[in-house]
Amino acid sequence: MMEEKSTWWQNVKGLLQGFNLTLRHFSKARNHRQPIGINHKDYFFQPEGLVTLNYPQESLPVPDKGRYRLHNEIDDCIVCDLCAKVCPVNCITIESVKATEEIGITSDGTKKRLYAPVFDIDMAKCCYCGLCTTVCPTDCLTMTNVYDFPEVDIKNMIYHFTDLTPEQAQEKRELLEKQQAEIAKAKAEAKAKLAAKGGSQT
Amino acid sequence: MLALVLCLVLVLSMVVVLAYAERKIAAFMQDRLGPMEAGPYGSLQSVLDVVKLIQKEDIVPAAADKFLFKYAPVIIFAAVLAGFAVIPLTPAFIPSGTSLGVFYLLAILSLDVIGLLMAGWGSNNKFAVLGAMRSVAQIVSYEIPAGLAVLCVVMISQSLDFQEISFQQGILAHQTGTTNYLFGIKALGINTNEIGGFTTWNIFRAPFLLIAFLIYFIASLAESNRAPFDIPEAESELVAGFHTEYSGFRFAALFLAEYAMMLLVCLVAVVLFLGSWNTVLPNLGSMKLADWTTGQPGTLSGHLWGLFWLLSKTAILLFIQVAIRWTYPRLRVDQLMYLCWKVLTPVALGLVIIAAFWRLWMVG
Repeated sequence: MMEEKSTWWQNVKGLLQGFNLTLRHFSKARNHRQPIGINHKDYFFQPEGLVTLNYPQESLPVPDKGRYRLHNEIDDCIVCDLCAKVCPVNCITIESVKATEEIGITSDGTKKRLYAPVFDIDMAKCCYCGLCTTVCPTDCLTMTNVYDFPEVDIKNMIYHFTDLTPEQAQEKRELLEKQQAEIAKAKAEAKAKLAAKGGSQT
Repeated sequence: MLALVLCLVLVLSMVVVLAYAERKIAAFMQDRLGPMEAGPYGSLQSVLDVVKLIQKEDIVPAAADKFLFKYAPVIIFAAVLAGFAVIPLTPAFIPSGTSLGVFYLLAILSLDVIGLLMAGWGSNNKFAVLGAMRSVAQIVSYEIPAGLAVLCVVMISQSLDFQEISFQQGILAHQTGTTNYLFGIKALGINTNEIGGFTTWNIFRAPFLLIAFLIYFIASLAESNRAPFDIPEAESELVAGFHTEYSGFRFAALFLAEYAMMLLVCLVAVVLFLGSWNTVLPNLGSMKLADWTTGQPGTLSGHLWGLFWLLSKTAILLFIQVAIRWTYPRLRVDQLMYLCWKVLTPVALGLVIIAAFWRLWMVG
């Protein structure tokens, strides 16, 4: 069967219809999408008008429980290393130093016994699975609603959460070593004393 | 010299506004916001674009024909700018009041083609040379229906002088010794000289010129390489056509020439068909709307009213050009040639014959 050829008048009508369509969109450009969240009843309903937002100035609110940038509240962190262990992409690097005495308690009452000279999260590697926030015993590692954090230098994608300066960290290490040495020395002395005592008895 | 400066200022400012308007209109038609960052509502966007282009490095490809490559933008821009020389801006101001204005304009615009071919060939780039060949084929073809449509107006007006054609289309027609009748037909006996307004525009003096206007408008889109006739620079096929290799200031000159060409063809359309700088409002009984919105030639009000009507009509045509670009898809090369040679040219030839008869009715 031959396809029926459209007449020139049909073509002209088609052209005018198309022109009318764009003009209609042009005239509706006064209406503008509002920055409303997905909970709003009109989120999926916008019959006409501009659909883009003037992004940096206005943006759609994100859900409260969205999975975006990680944040670690270091004051509440007990440096248990669970997050680093569970991370499927190994984006969390933690180095811990035992404290010589109890440092303090977290807001939920857990005692802190470890310093974290290194607590780095590489957000460029992060896959936003949220496993680390689930395992965190003190709920100090959370996902915030910040999703717009591009960097010019990829090194800046590594977030440092430690509250110790390198000097302080060194100091803590030395303190620990000193304490360890003292304990070792005390142990050795005690052992020697014991040995001497035992020797004199026999 | 003053005329050149005035024309350059007019062209540059209109181009800057037009480039911004085009982006905004395109955005609104596609339900977007368009440029929003530079200045209020992004209004400084095109100014900053020009500043950026001027700062950029002037790259001449190693394998290019340096002479052709370097001088092509100059020729293209000069050809378009030279066209503005014969456009009457107000009843008393025309850069060059030559009596052969229409002929000169058609001739000087053809020079544009040489520049395009120079740019395409000189670039030593396949996309550029293909774009240039397409563009030359298209512009040379579409000059024929455009020229025939213009010829209809020339036959009706019996003049090649843009300023005289302008005077004939309004309440100042008596100054050139013309008497206008309704639809140009003397036998009807209705003198429209005192009514003026749109009733004396060429598309009303001889209503068949409305078709001539459509033909001219379509052909002018093709001549200024505008969509849907933008096959010379079809982005999806030819990168950017003849200006693929251009950057920096030379690209700015080409860009400027393209928008200036849009402006020029719309100005010519207004002058030839839509009453030039004449008012749109007719005198109705005691409501002397046409008299009120037309100043005496040479006075300040004459200049301002003339410029206002000319530019506002041009702006409407420019809006239609832009709207067309964001509505219709690009024509295929064979469709383009079909439209030109098998539709527009025969119709335009028929109109020339009608124009001859109409002229007889106008005087007889």
